[in-house]
Amino acid sequence: MSAELDLAGRVVDLVRRLAGSGAQAEVLVDHTALALTRFANSGIHQNVADATTAVRLRVHLDGRTVGGSTTVVDEAGLTALVERTIAAVSLTPADPGWPGLAPPAALVTDGAWDESTAQATPDERAARVRAFVDAAEGLETAGYCRTVHWSGAFANSAGQSVAGRAAEAAMDGIARVPGSDGVARLGSRRLADLDGAVLGGRAALKARAGTDPVELPPGRYEVVLEPTAVADLLTNFALYGFNGKLHTERQSFAEIGAAQFDPAVTIVDDVTATAGVGIPFDGEGTPKRPVTFVDAGITTGVAYDRRSAAEAGTVSTGHGWPGGSAFGPVPANLRLLPDEGAPTAAVAGPAADGHTAALLSTMERGLLVSDFWYTRVLDPKTLVVTGLTRNGVWLVEDGEITRPVRNFRFTQSYPLALGPGAVLGVGGNAITPADSWDMFGFTGPSLRLASWNFTGGASG
Amino acid sequence: MTHFDAAAAAVQAALDAGARYADARVMHRRTESMSARNGEIEDLSQDEDAGVGVRALVGSGWGFYAVPDMSDPAARAAGTRAAKIAAASASVPGPATGLIPLPAATGSWSSPCEIDPLSVPLSDKAELMVGLTTTMREHGADLAESHYRIWDTAKWFVSSEGHRIDQRFRECGGGITATSIGDGESQRRSYGNQYGTRGWEMVTGLDLPGNAARVAIESRELLTAAPCPAGQTSLILGSEQMALQIHESVGHAIELDRILGWEAAYAGTSWLDLSQLGSMRYGSALMNIAIDPTIPGALGSFGFDDEGTPAAARYAVHEGRWVGVLAGRDSASVAGLDYAGSVRSDGWARLPMVRMTNVGLEPGPHTLEEIIASTDDGIFMDTNRSWSIDDRRLNFQFGCEIGWEIKNGKIGRMLRNPTYTGIGPTFWQSMDMLSSEVTAWGIPNCGKGQPGQTGHTGHPAAPARFTDVRVGVTG
Repeated sequence: MSAELDLAGRVVDLVRRLAGSGAQAEVLVDHTALALTRFANSGIHQNVADATTAVRLRVHLDGRTVGGSTTVVDEAGLTALVERTIAAVSLTPADPGWPGLAPPAALVTDGAWDESTAQATPDERAARVRAFVDAAEGLETAGYCRTVHWSGAFANSAGQSVAGRAAEAAMDGIARVPGSDGVARLGSRRLADLDGAVLGGRAALKARAGTDPVELPPGRYEVVLEPTAVADLLTNFALYGFNGKLHTERQSFAEIGAAQFDPAVTIVDDVTATAGVGIPFDGEGTPKRPVTFVDAGITTGVAYDRRSAAEAGTVSTGHGWPGGSAFGPVPANLRLLPDEGAPTAAVAGPAADGHTAALLSTMERGLLVSDFWYTRVLDPKTLVVTGLTRNGVWLVEDGEITRPVRNFRFTQSYPLALGPGAVLGVGGNAITPADSWDMFGFTGPSLRLASWNFTGGASG
Repeated sequence: MTHFDAAAAAVQAALDAGARYADARVMHRRTESMSARNGEIEDLSQDEDAGVGVRALVGSGWGFYAVPDMSDPAARAAGTRAAKIAAASASVPGPATGLIPLPAATGSWSSPCEIDPLSVPLSDKAELMVGLTTTMREHGADLAESHYRIWDTAKWFVSSEGHRIDQRFRECGGGITATSIGDGESQRRSYGNQYGTRGWEMVTGLDLPGNAARVAIESRELLTAAPCPAGQTSLILGSEQMALQIHESVGHAIELDRILGWEAAYAGTSWLDLSQLGSMRYGSALMNIAIDPTIPGALGSFGFDDEGTPAAARYAVHEGRWVGVLAGRDSASVAGLDYAGSVRSDGWARLPMVRMTNVGLEPGPHTLEEIIASTDDGIFMDTNRSWSIDDRRLNFQFGCEIGWEIKNGKIGRMLRNPTYTGIGPTFWQSMDMLSSEVTAWGIPNCGKGQPGQTGHTGHPAAPARFTDVRVGVTG
């Protein structure tokens, strides 16, 4: 038995002892060790690590529900957590929407563990930074190298008892020349997969290819989005589109059974098939399993935690977040499936890879977009998003990258951008870019889209 | 063993391991949050975290380590670990790092608090939250939501230069949101969403019950309101939206770490060039922006920042000219400045970094009534709904919850989906009227840094008018 599972079980027992057998209790224990080596101006300027164990408790008693957490995990700290949570229950209104505890169920996977990633040293992270900086050959660089390992457990008074552990590594950096930044970003479950030299070289190539950009007029352009940009689409689909609470509230675009996407689009949530921290159960103890949200263009489902599922008359899909019932369920490992038969082409210039190059090669006139930045939803129902391009945009003419372009502001409905007939090509590359919040593992290929609505230039 | 002892042990261990400077923060934080939706409590959580975070400087390399354990052995181990991490930083050295001088200080500080927010009975708070949503539902909202949040944080800071400071922050706030769902879109109106370093009087002073019916009615009316027209016009912003405008297009732009490129890969840089500090025109002569962590009750207030620098006010923009930055001791040293005082950390487990404190406008000579009365043709917008700005803090597009047409000096019809866009200095230079009606708004969710940190910032703001602004950008 893991230390975390033992701890979770002790807290459940403590609730029973202090509140009686009528109390329903669920306990989530997370031990997270995070280390992040950050560089700027081509030198390491922030280098941090922490190791924290947190216990989250939720108690339902006499029809009322209260949650709480602590990082004080000695006997006194745990007792205080249980006592104040029980005391608070009697002071709160009834909770008629209480969905009950997760029933016992076995895990589909026990996580994604890599011992060498979990044991990575500051020197190993610094070595990757050194390689990134050196590969940029004198360009100014900035970014980070991160390793995380997590071990956790969940237990409840209904008999569910699960544990797992996972490791994650990520590297994200830019190389800079005046007026142009180039980016390379990769997440993995193994630090060994991250090659600082490869990433630094790619970022530098993009930066150099972006010098002296021209400003093009706003308007609708055909685009090829690289995986770093596609990850932003998946992020917003996860937060707003496939959020079952918003769906029930009629604030999501999703219409189950409707052909809302191009037939080339299939989106699944699968903790076993993406990078990112691979926690095998959700915050309510429900095992994570693959869930398809879009199948060949047809919207087939949305994500549920136990509360939103009960409200919708269905069952949890394993997407509950600890303390997240107010925001609702969010799938953390969305994967837009690549086209396994997609062609590749030789990479000449700033395209991320051969699949991206192949998508560009048949484009008559359009834009290659590396990255999106500061995207915000104007209306969750239509998922119209505004944001900016970042880290490299190029004009493509007759299949060739002809010149760098200054950044644009866009205002675009994300589901409409992937709507029927709107997807002109799907790459065979499935990349998980590094996620800044070490929470998600959004994975997608490069996409060629018929239209993207650029509503302003970076200069106004 | 006191919390000061634990922090001192961590600092000494870092020095013993080779650090030339070290500091440590022991923090104990209790939080409480409640949210209600459509007549029911949706979430109630009471949380606690405590630990020690140690920062060590070895040569020019920083290292930081944190553990949720304030025992002597754990604190010492954390100090040693921080120094080892700092040593690893030296393998990829950046520019030489120093610290501007800071006299050793001992001191205590507490935020003002009339009513301890954690002592208010949960049943009273729940009754308030549920009642608010019931009122909004009764007045037409499809979704009625209310919430409050409370933080009670104690800090003990020790540095190797002789600082020994304890502080206690009690912060709270709350708000309400009414959402009406139409066929193709949803409309939202909110009120409150206001926070400060104050007790429960902060929440009761908002008069949330007195505004619940209004926001519900307005959210319903917005569904059938005319869309915001597209074009260039005079734009009047309410003070709540002005707070966001200041935060995004001034507050972040004047962060010295961004200006120096330390955030280049993520949060971004700044369009500001240090060589122009003191001479560059940021906005119109009406624009006076102060950095002032001494404002009683404002969310960005403190006695000392997380490097031990005492709170002090200074101008960031004076009569339209850029004159000051938000700085820390190391960034100020690199930039050749002689002041710091704007470094904060999101808890014991996070590295202190340059953050906004209270960054806001000084009062102008007008009133909102005068501004509207003197506007022949324009749009009045308020309450932020969406915000986006580029990585140099120049190009922004903000959406508001509600707008009103202004014709011939009078408020006209309601407008839905109002948005406006612009370039920071051009926009601020077009500010030709500024109200004296300042409110110190608090924003409790400012994201920055890797690993991510959430900051609490304050923004005194007043209604203002801007000329020739592009409005009505849609997808």
